[in-house]
Amino acid sequence: MPVVAPMPVVGEIPRTRAVMAPPSRFADKAFEWLTLSMALVVVLLVFLVGWQLAHGSFLSIKKFGFNFLSTSTWDPVAEQFGALPFIYGTVVSSVIALIIAVPLSIATAVYLTELAPLWIRQPLTSLIEMLAAIPSVILGLWGIFVMIPWLRDYPFPWLKHYFGWTGLFTGPIYGVCMLAGGIIIAIMILPIITSVSREILRSVPNLQREAAYALGATRWEVTRIAVLSYAKRGIFGAVILGLGRALGETMAVTMVIGNTPQIAASLFKPGYTLASVIANEFTEATTDLYLQALFEIGLVLFGITIVANLVGQLLLRTLKNSSATRGA
Amino acid sequence: MIAARHDNHRWRKIKSALASALSLLAAILVIAPLGLVFFYLLQKGAGSVNWAFFTQLPKPVGEIGGGMANAIVGTGELLALASLIGVPIGVLGGVYLAEYGNASSNWWLRFVADILNGVPSITWGVVVYGLIVLTFKSFSAYAGGVALGFMMIPLIMRTTEEVLLLVPNGYREASLALGISRWRTIIHIVMKTASKGIVTGILLALARIAGETAPLLFTAFGNRFWNRNLAEPIAALPLQIFSYAISPYEDWHRQAWAGALVLVVGIFVINVSVRFLTRDRAARVT
Repeated sequence: MPVVAPMPVVGEIPRTRAVMAPPSRFADKAFEWLTLSMALVVVLLVFLVGWQLAHGSFLSIKKFGFNFLSTSTWDPVAEQFGALPFIYGTVVSSVIALIIAVPLSIATAVYLTELAPLWIRQPLTSLIEMLAAIPSVILGLWGIFVMIPWLRDYPFPWLKHYFGWTGLFTGPIYGVCMLAGGIIIAIMILPIITSVSREILRSVPNLQREAAYALGATRWEVTRIAVLSYAKRGIFGAVILGLGRALGETMAVTMVIGNTPQIAASLFKPGYTLASVIANEFTEATTDLYLQALFEIGLVLFGITIVANLVGQLLLRTLKNSSATRGA
Repeated sequence: MIAARHDNHRWRKIKSALASALSLLAAILVIAPLGLVFFYLLQKGAGSVNWAFFTQLPKPVGEIGGGMANAIVGTGELLALASLIGVPIGVLGGVYLAEYGNASSNWWLRFVADILNGVPSITWGVVVYGLIVLTFKSFSAYAGGVALGFMMIPLIMRTTEEVLLLVPNGYREASLALGISRWRTIIHIVMKTASKGIVTGILLALARIAGETAPLLFTAFGNRFWNRNLAEPIAALPLQIFSYAISPYEDWHRQAWAGALVLVVGIFVINVSVRFLTRDRAARVT
């Protein structure tokens, strides 16, 4: 929306008394600069985060170089630090989360915008917003005491029995494991992917739908041909934003993933993520190098989430610019 | 041939119905966790939310009972500290985005704010640890407040901008035409008109950060006693829930559920009341 241009002060309007002081240009400028400096705080914060993390991990970067990212020994006693198991755990748990959450979220967004009866749309949307409002730590608490025992007793043995041959579901079932971590992250990212996808679908012009209906398409065909293919790119953006959240998810994952730095094919084995190792070990870091290695983990995490967010936001933004139909 | 076409049509109808059913199923699966979490919070937590929970300190290890009074107050103090940082910076930054600047510079600022919003909460903990805890050599309520305050800035900035843009331009023009300066126009006319929406944005940001644990782990740190000095560690409800949940004691698990129930009810009350207060269109933010 365009911003109002300041009205030029045209000459001096004669007044009998000076009821009002003339608009002060200094105060105007000062207020503008004040608000500008506050807006620039966001830019400053991005640099602050990057600098603070890089500065804090200086020793670790100097000592390990790129080996930090490619070795898998994490031994604080011997002062050997390699982040590979954490990177692996973060990526695998996020991928599991996406595999579960993406189809469910997109289908829900489609239901909310295209298929659901009108009266149910708003209440359902509010419920999804409420799911987003549940703090991570509370989902983790529920994960430990409700979800894990249930997974251990019912779905996990079933997966092991029927899909053990894939190698993904083998070995002893402890309950806490990579798969449980992925499932809890999936629950956490369902609302964001759903609500962003819903926005995207709502921005698809009605003309698209009407054209398809006019050709005799069924409701599902309209959705598939006219809506989903039109919104593909935006939905991809929503998924990438969800990935960004998944990569940085901390508390709930820490509580159910088992916190063991290892790279194992079986998803029933405990894992560890970048965010959880920081959460668990930061206050226990006794030596400088240990602390610096954890800062570097933070730097790696910051780097990958920034990339995911950049890509996601850019996908959504270019879309917004190109579709002139989108309302305010 | 007509029969074949008829079959085809029927099959397409069936497919459409099937797709509707599947997407309904997906919607049910998406909200199922909400129902399940709520059910278990009530089942396991409701029995332990009592007078002692709100008024007593945690008991030492091994003793049954006690409460989370210090954590509840601590969360309140942390939110107040966070607001000191997040509210002025967020609101004024939002004013700039809505009232000043040109399209391209504001595009960038919005973009950076949204990126900042995606920074994992644990990262804020690490950054503020380096910035404040290491500098003053102590975990403190201040550090926790700063970490939460930083998280509030982009949230409030974006919601403030959105509600200011809903104020019709005619209001601004009318005020400026009366010879009122621009900054007074913004404060007395634009922000006043949108004040309900701005407050809504602030409350939603508070509800959002009230349950944050990760940024507090190594800033506020937690405390089993009352905090008498903001330069020292302070308890917070989410931190207490976390440490009780991963503890081996049955009684602490019980209290973790109670704490979780209180926290979730608090957050939902803010969310729901905000929505009821601002049902008119001009004040809606989300």
